[in-house]
Amino acid sequence: MIVDVNFVGLIIASIMASAVPLILASCGELITERSGVLNLGVEGMMIIGAISGFALMTVTGSLIIAVFGAMLAGVLISTIFAFLTQTLITNHVATGLALTIFGIGISAMIGKNFVGIPGKEFPVLFEGLKDTIPLLSPILFGHSIVFYFAFALPFITSYFLKKTKIGLIVRAVGDSPESASNQGINVRFVRYACILYGGAMCGLAGAYLSMIYTPQWIENMTGGRGWIALALVVFSTWNPIKILIGAMIFGGLTIIQFHMQAIGVRIPVQFLTALPYIVTIIVLVVISRDSRKIRLSTPSSLGKSFHKDN
Amino acid sequence: MHKFLIRSFVSSLVLLFTLTVAAVAKDVKAAFVYIGPTGDHGWTYQHDVGRKAVEAAGFKTTYVEGVPESADAERVLRQLANSGHDIIFTTSFGYMNPTNKVAKEFPNVKFEHATGYKREHPNVATYAARFYEGRTILGTIAGTMTKSNVIGYVASFPIPEVIRGINSFTLAAQKVNPNIKTKIVWAFTWYDPGKEAEAAKALIDQGADVIAQHTDSTAIVQMAEKAGVYAFGQASDMDKFAPKAVLTSVENNWGPYYVDRVKAVANGTWSQKDTWHGIGDGMVVISGLDSQMPSDLQAKVKKLQADLASGKVHSFTGPIYDQKGNLMVAEGKTADDGMLAGMMTYVKGVEGDIPK
Repeated sequence: MIVDVNFVGLIIASIMASAVPLILASCGELITERSGVLNLGVEGMMIIGAISGFALMTVTGSLIIAVFGAMLAGVLISTIFAFLTQTLITNHVATGLALTIFGIGISAMIGKNFVGIPGKEFPVLFEGLKDTIPLLSPILFGHSIVFYFAFALPFITSYFLKKTKIGLIVRAVGDSPESASNQGINVRFVRYACILYGGAMCGLAGAYLSMIYTPQWIENMTGGRGWIALALVVFSTWNPIKILIGAMIFGGLTIIQFHMQAIGVRIPVQFLTALPYIVTIIVLVVISRDSRKIRLSTPSSLGKSFHKDN
Repeated sequence: MHKFLIRSFVSSLVLLFTLTVAAVAKDVKAAFVYIGPTGDHGWTYQHDVGRKAVEAAGFKTTYVEGVPESADAERVLRQLANSGHDIIFTTSFGYMNPTNKVAKEFPNVKFEHATGYKREHPNVATYAARFYEGRTILGTIAGTMTKSNVIGYVASFPIPEVIRGINSFTLAAQKVNPNIKTKIVWAFTWYDPGKEAEAAKALIDQGADVIAQHTDSTAIVQMAEKAGVYAFGQASDMDKFAPKAVLTSVENNWGPYYVDRVKAVANGTWSQKDTWHGIGDGMVVISGLDSQMPSDLQAKVKKLQADLASGKVHSFTGPIYDQKGNLMVAEGKTADDGMLAGMMTYVKGVEGDIPK
């Protein structure tokens, strides 16, 4: 096989495109978890975002309304989670699981009338520059706005958590809600905000799938990507840059194993299909093996309910 | 007391009347058990289109979706049989044993199992479609339309149904173009749009300019449209998802069979049988041909379609060799149904190994 630089560029571009929903959902969930809340409803919020985006696009014809509507839908469904876990102090794990089951069910119900309808074409940016630079052009140009946002998000998230006052407040709430509360921080308010933000990002991740990546609606179309996003957050030890690396490895191996099959590499296909899961975990565990750093970035109060608030 | 007696007399009269009416004009009720959600726009969706045809013919229908192929299936079947359904269609291969088991307990209920071969009791019938006939047509088109001579094929799981499709497709493509190569990628899913799109993208990046699929979603034809290559619709007409890419689709058309069988129950003429219908009986339908296909190819395809329907042409006509060069079907012979049903070897010309 001739290795053409543009061919490599094309492969990298498709790897990045497949990593987008994982990055969006993981970075959203990361903020939620950094505030001490474990929301296992990522898959549910993503699928709600997917159907809301697709339905709004079909009904209103406006892509902008659809994208923001999907994020709003993510916010609305995560409000249920926030109300239950923060106001009614229910168990995070059970409530999150319920949210996923609820999301899958209600998306199927809303989606009944949207099966078999083709999606609209989503505009891409810088398409004119697509053939200018070898290797880099297919990577840099000709993608949707959501694509660029997704690759900026880990850096924004990292900056937000490390360098901004609000970021520090979020971390304080996640590490020690009691101390934060004694400092006059409204723990419940901060956690509400972080949960809703996570919902918005998961909604956007779902909309990317149903509107841009594979523009169609079918039931369960998120196909477990929410669970992978959740796992990425944990294995990256709550570090947004490592989420980016993990998502790229996962997306990359998924795509490269298809290429290996097509070339005819004689490795059992079942092994190839399991490869993304195995390697992503191994790599993330290896790059995050510094236990001191893990302790620093793990939100200590993760998943614990906080009662003492006003 | 007096009042009570009158009341109970009247109500028992009403009850008796209802029962009599029910016994005289007993509606036939049909139930359908689905493996996936009806919103998959693929396998289950097409069965549900068939169910709606039964409904349109004036019968009552029920369906249960997302039923696992396990002990759960037995429970669902028993419940459907207990709740007054006269005929139950079980629409996935894995329901074979549960269907036969429950059929034994309910001899008065008719059971119809799709894609299986076990008919252990007189009230169990089986049915399937000869989708491979459709793939003979797709292979003919692919072999003619390809310029790179590389044809991509996204497969789901290594079962006879899928292997048979790959073989039938490749044999037909080789017949019109001996230089073609069929590259197969196993997605190990029936539907996951993201994964299917990635598999198709990998094949396209490796030079495939026609993509065939044996998975259910429309993601592959959409990817083909984006990349400017050709593709074929699966299970339903997918033309509107990718008007430029889709050359034609092979549609699963269960409706006529379902209506037929439910009517047979109503008339009391239902009997056990094994049905394997193809293009000829309308269970496999070829959608409209795209105008990008040259007119001589269109004419050829129409003729092939007619010949497959009449039985003049068989998808597996010898000589057929397997990958190692062993003779599978002798010259002038055609593969029998037993061989087709258990086909687990690639024919010569298919690249790679079947995953074990």
